[in-house]
Amino acid sequence: MTKPEINMKNISVKELIINNIVPILFICICAVGIPLSGYSGSYLLNEILSRLGRNSFLVLSLLIPVMAGMGLNFGMTLGAMAGQIGLIFVSDWSVVGIPGMVLAAIISTPISIILGYMCGTILNHAKGREMVTSYIIGFFMNGVYQLFVLYLMGSLIPISSSELILPRGYGIRNTVNLESMRKSLDNLIPFNIFGASVPVATLILVAIFCLIIIWFRRTKLGQDMRAVGQDMEVARQAGIKVERTRVLSIILSTVFAGYGMIIYLQNIGTLNTYNSHSQIGMFSIAALLVGGASVDKANIRNVFIGIILFHLMFTIAPTVGRNLIGEAQLGEYFRVFVSYGVITLALVLYEMRKRRAERIALEKGEEVAV
Amino acid sequence: MDLNTVKAKAVPMIKSFGLPRLIITGFLLLMFVIAPFAGVNVASGLSNMFTRFGMNAVLVLAMVPMVHSGCGLNFGLPLGIISGLLGATMSIEFGYAGFTSFLMAIVLATPFAVILGAGYGVLLNKVKGGEMMIATYVGFSSVAFMCIMWLLLPYDSPTMVWGYAGTGLRTTISVADYYGGVLDNFLRIEIGHLVIPTGTILFFALLSLLVWLFLRTKTGTAMTAAGSNPVFATASGVNVDRMRILSVVLSTWLGAVGIIVYEQSFGFIQLYMGPFNMAMPAVSAVLLGGASVNKASIANVVIGTLLFQGILTMTPSVTNGLIQTDVSEVIRIIVSNGMILYALTRKQEVTR
Repeated sequence: MTKPEINMKNISVKELIINNIVPILFICICAVGIPLSGYSGSYLLNEILSRLGRNSFLVLSLLIPVMAGMGLNFGMTLGAMAGQIGLIFVSDWSVVGIPGMVLAAIISTPISIILGYMCGTILNHAKGREMVTSYIIGFFMNGVYQLFVLYLMGSLIPISSSELILPRGYGIRNTVNLESMRKSLDNLIPFNIFGASVPVATLILVAIFCLIIIWFRRTKLGQDMRAVGQDMEVARQAGIKVERTRVLSIILSTVFAGYGMIIYLQNIGTLNTYNSHSQIGMFSIAALLVGGASVDKANIRNVFIGIILFHLMFTIAPTVGRNLIGEAQLGEYFRVFVSYGVITLALVLYEMRKRRAERIALEKGEEVAV
Repeated sequence: MDLNTVKAKAVPMIKSFGLPRLIITGFLLLMFVIAPFAGVNVASGLSNMFTRFGMNAVLVLAMVPMVHSGCGLNFGLPLGIISGLLGATMSIEFGYAGFTSFLMAIVLATPFAVILGAGYGVLLNKVKGGEMMIATYVGFSSVAFMCIMWLLLPYDSPTMVWGYAGTGLRTTISVADYYGGVLDNFLRIEIGHLVIPTGTILFFALLSLLVWLFLRTKTGTAMTAAGSNPVFATASGVNVDRMRILSVVLSTWLGAVGIIVYEQSFGFIQLYMGPFNMAMPAVSAVLLGGASVNKASIANVVIGTLLFQGILTMTPSVTNGLIQTDVSEVIRIIVSNGMILYALTRKQEVTR
């Protein structure tokens, strides 16, 4: 009897490593990289705190669709677009600081709701391939966003500020200066620790959002979402409106992603009108996966571990590249490679685990049938 | 014939043709009709369309084998492109010229395509059902990985490396002195403004014929069977996993040849992030031609590429002439991704 037990233990250790291979890999990369980069502890602490502040909200917005079994919401870029449109209007009306951010959030909300509703409805027609579909929706809406911002703004939609409009008379410039609200939330409550500034107000907002998510899990809607995520058919039998629940989860995620984008951009201080949103989805998803999340399981702990590890790598990679091979470009390429590689690895592991589970379930089913 | 019978015949025809395809065909025809009023020469518009058809058709053809074996749309096309780029740069490095350099590029790309394709195929066999998302990210990660390699690999042909550093490949490399235009200029037809790159189109026709013939061999039929009904195929003694790997290798190789054909017409090799966004246009072109997630034919490739490239070449010139604005980029994004979305959300494919 003892032998199988040891075997079981071996398997579980192996499985523990396989299940957490992505975070383990990242801890190794960071452990090797930090001494090579030669950065001081206070610099790294400062960077990590600032990046925690600006990215947490965005990454947290991904949790709700995972709960509803819809996988990683690559469509969060839609929310980011809505947030950016809000910011463009606010800077045109020159509302500055915190009021500007709040107003941008208010403008972004209805846009996010409409886009999220659309996205959710389309995803209901593509059950089982939500991720690739939401990914393409992101690209598709990017075209619509460009049509809106590059051609309609300033021609059909009144934009008065000449600083925003391209010299040809319509369309928004490539970069929108957000200096007037730069770090207005981060520095609302000034606080320093070991020479690193802490974005207290932003982190408080993030904490509130975490509490909302914890509370939301316990509400009727949250329970429904988890049931739908477990098994759509069973949930339907239990009288849950599956389609409606799924659409709601995407809407919520999109709205929060919009707020997250506004928080992110107030930290950065400039809006790259045509680029900011397109990469944010990839980086947020990579960060979540680095934290040990998978397509069907993600929690708040994954978010924070992921952001710290992923952005540590992101900060040090160019310098390590320069110090090791004398080429900073190499480090830049390396971090792009790692971002994509992490997503690939996590997706492959998830699919393999899913297939194994299906096979085991099938074998068990056959045994019962025999 | 009264109206009802016409309607009864027309509705299923439209349905089988697909509404999006109908709209886009109509749009393209409209472009050609209003082109003269916008001051655009129709003949040069057609020439552009044919040139770009020749450039892209083989890349679109690379979708066919994988769709046949049930691996879905080949979003991992960048992997094939990378093999092609390795072949192309090595052919130049070894100093081949003219048509030989074109052939050698294909020959040198082949082992890479076979090895990378086989690895990719084995991976896709482990993730059945989730191929498309993983294919996308395999493509992206391999492009990013090759960005590192292009900097480090020991190339030293002065036409390819950065002048001042002496190492690391340039982002764009001219192929004018090597295989630039070797197919385009073969039996080239020029009537006034109308130019047809006969050689490129013949080369595509040859490859299509080979693929068409292959799909009718015993192995090809087995591959199609593996795609349309894996359970039945296994029962009749087909090794489904092996067929899928074979199809991925074929698709990857066609992607490699496709990018070399593209370069000879385009005139440049684009390295680094160049291959990054090349999968989407090819995927949407084959869908535009009437393919679906699990069905694709050579006819789909031809029609789709003509339509897609037609829109790409006609809209900028026509809209520029009419409203002095170039909205082609936006139209390209919306059309290509809209087409993919349409294919992903169709009912019959969800329940396969």
